Amino acid sequence: MANGTAAAHVNDVDFYHYEGKHKGIMSWLLTTDHKRIGIMYLAAIVVFFLAAMMLGVLMRIEALTPGQTIMKPQTYNSIFTFHGVIMIFLFIIPAVPAVFGNFFLPIQLGAKDVSFPRLNLFSWYLYMAGGLIALLSLFTGGGAADTGWTFYVPYSIRSSANVSLSVFGAFVLGFSSIVTGLNFITTIHRMRAPGMSWFRMPLFAWALYATSWIQVLATPVIGITLFLIVLERAFGIGVFDPALGGDPLLYQHMFWIYSHPAVYIMILPAMGVVSEIIPTFAKKDIFGYKQIALSSLAIALIGYLVWGHHMFTSGMSDTSRVVFSLLTFLVAIPTGVKVFNWVATLYKGSIEIKVPLLFVMAFIFIFSIGGLTGLVQGALATDIHLTDTYFIVGHFHYVMFGGMGTIFFAALHYWFPKMFGKTYNEKVAIISATLFVIGFNMFYFTMFILGYLGMPRRYYDYLPQYQGLHVFSSIGAFIMVTGIVLMFGNLLRGLIKGEKATANPWGGTTLEWRIASPPPLENFDEIPVVTGGPYVHDRETYIMNPIKVIHKEEEAVH
Amino acid sequence: MSNNTSSETHHMSYGTYIMVWLGLVALTAITVSVAGLNFGSITLTVALLIATAKTFLVMNYFMHVKFEHTVFKIFIAVCIITFIIMITLTFFDLSFR
Repeated sequence: MANGTAAAHVNDVDFYHYEGKHKGIMSWLLTTDHKRIGIMYLAAIVVFFLAAMMLGVLMRIEALTPGQTIMKPQTYNSIFTFHGVIMIFLFIIPAVPAVFGNFFLPIQLGAKDVSFPRLNLFSWYLYMAGGLIALLSLFTGGGAADTGWTFYVPYSIRSSANVSLSVFGAFVLGFSSIVTGLNFITTIHRMRAPGMSWFRMPLFAWALYATSWIQVLATPVIGITLFLIVLERAFGIGVFDPALGGDPLLYQHMFWIYSHPAVYIMILPAMGVVSEIIPTFAKKDIFGYKQIALSSLAIALIGYLVWGHHMFTSGMSDTSRVVFSLLTFLVAIPTGVKVFNWVATLYKGSIEIKVPLLFVMAFIFIFSIGGLTGLVQGALATDIHLTDTYFIVGHFHYVMFGGMGTIFFAALHYWFPKMFGKTYNEKVAIISATLFVIGFNMFYFTMFILGYLGMPRRYYDYLPQYQGLHVFSSIGAFIMVTGIVLMFGNLLRGLIKGEKATANPWGGTTLEWRIASPPPLENFDEIPVVTGGPYVHDRETYIMNPIKVIHKEEEAVH
Repeated sequence: MSNNTSSETHHMSYGTYIMVWLGLVALTAITVSVAGLNFGSITLTVALLIATAKTFLVMNYFMHVKFEHTVFKIFIAVCIITFIIMITLTFFDLSFR
């Protein structure tokens, strides 16, 4: 491992300008630098996100009137399927860990890279391959898959659309996720700087640790499940087909054994980001560090045991339903622990309202609504009424998009100066965040009402009585999208024309704020020594360049 | 890294390997013979328990987990417990349907 002053010469310039073995585009495509890989993920993920967002806009235009507005029913089925597949597998799952985890985890731990840099690059290639396979499925075989992102059997076995290829795309993406998880677990165990005990780790690292375990343990299940669909379609082996002695309910079990913990893969890293942003802008140590850290593990653990709540109306026994309902309610406890600790951190803090904190406060508001409506569905009786209605769509978007999506935007604004060494226009950022939050709530809260009134999800058509609410929801969607486009435009402008950012524009206390913006190739000239917790504002808890410090002290003595 | 030398520090005799192998053969024989008995609803449980015992032997002796650092044992335990939970919560439903 390189250490000491040997690293100094590679750290003379930032990682963008460091000239290694390869030049131009190859210096990106063959890089093993965790920061470049993080940026490559960011570029890919933003493109996929914007594409899936446009599919969402098309759906909202279609929903403006009953019957056909702009597309045929089969097109609508394919569009909601691909909106889901792209958003889930290509955006929400990888976004925070793959972009910000890759970029900041090693820096926050005081390391020069992740534990397996080549494997890290390999996971990006797997991600791209999975994405391209999924895209390819749109234009080949029987056309775009039309099953919804859940690929439920028996429809996914019988559909004439190109389900096999899109499922295979998700299968490959799963490997990317596993590899990233494995890399992070090893990095956290092996690469922490001297003095960084487990309870001195930043909470973002804790969240990534819990997430990585879920990725490693749960993703193989979806891998084999999706692969079984391909085998069922190709060879009719009969694992899920009742006509051949299979059980369709088994598919739902296997699908949700992954896909429920997957929602924690999506939200836990976002919660980690919240725990970074709040102490920075409250200028105060986080309240309840250990409780927040351990609640991440508790969420990961309990989140594992609740998948059956997706299947309350699928034909499980009453006993199973009661057990899964009870377990579901338990998840609210560690989630509540986090929310109360965040709010308590703000209490009597010296709060500085900046865009990242605005997004975080929007998150707490939106996520609380999302979480509480989850309990409505976790209760057996109400779930019967609400299953497969817009209420579910509203809830899901509140927790996932309002939760993880909002924090993805918060993280972008929080770490943008560090990642790119540039600043963005604060006023435009505030306007875009406001438009986003207003539009978001108009868009998705209306879905709760629509669902409660009986509007089924995934329907192309609807009764005229729902039109008013659908139009209102669509207007909210258009406002929200305007906010998002403005936000990305502002960030892009900052990237091109923005002023140079300082090393620590927000007064952050974790290690990434102790190095230059953008960081040098090997992050640190010398591995720092950690002497205290990550969010201490009133004293130094890191010794940067410890060897130089020792030399200086020795010189002073002589 | 110098603290990860567990693979160099242990030696097992061929005798132990052969004993473990004989144990595996014996357990396989038991699996085959009990398959002929009618245990009713616990048939699957019995088969899985024997398979678990075999897995335990293979992991500990052939895969040298017995000699590994505690952290790896914990990792493996987490995976096994997760797997048991998945199987239990998925299939206990069958008894109540």
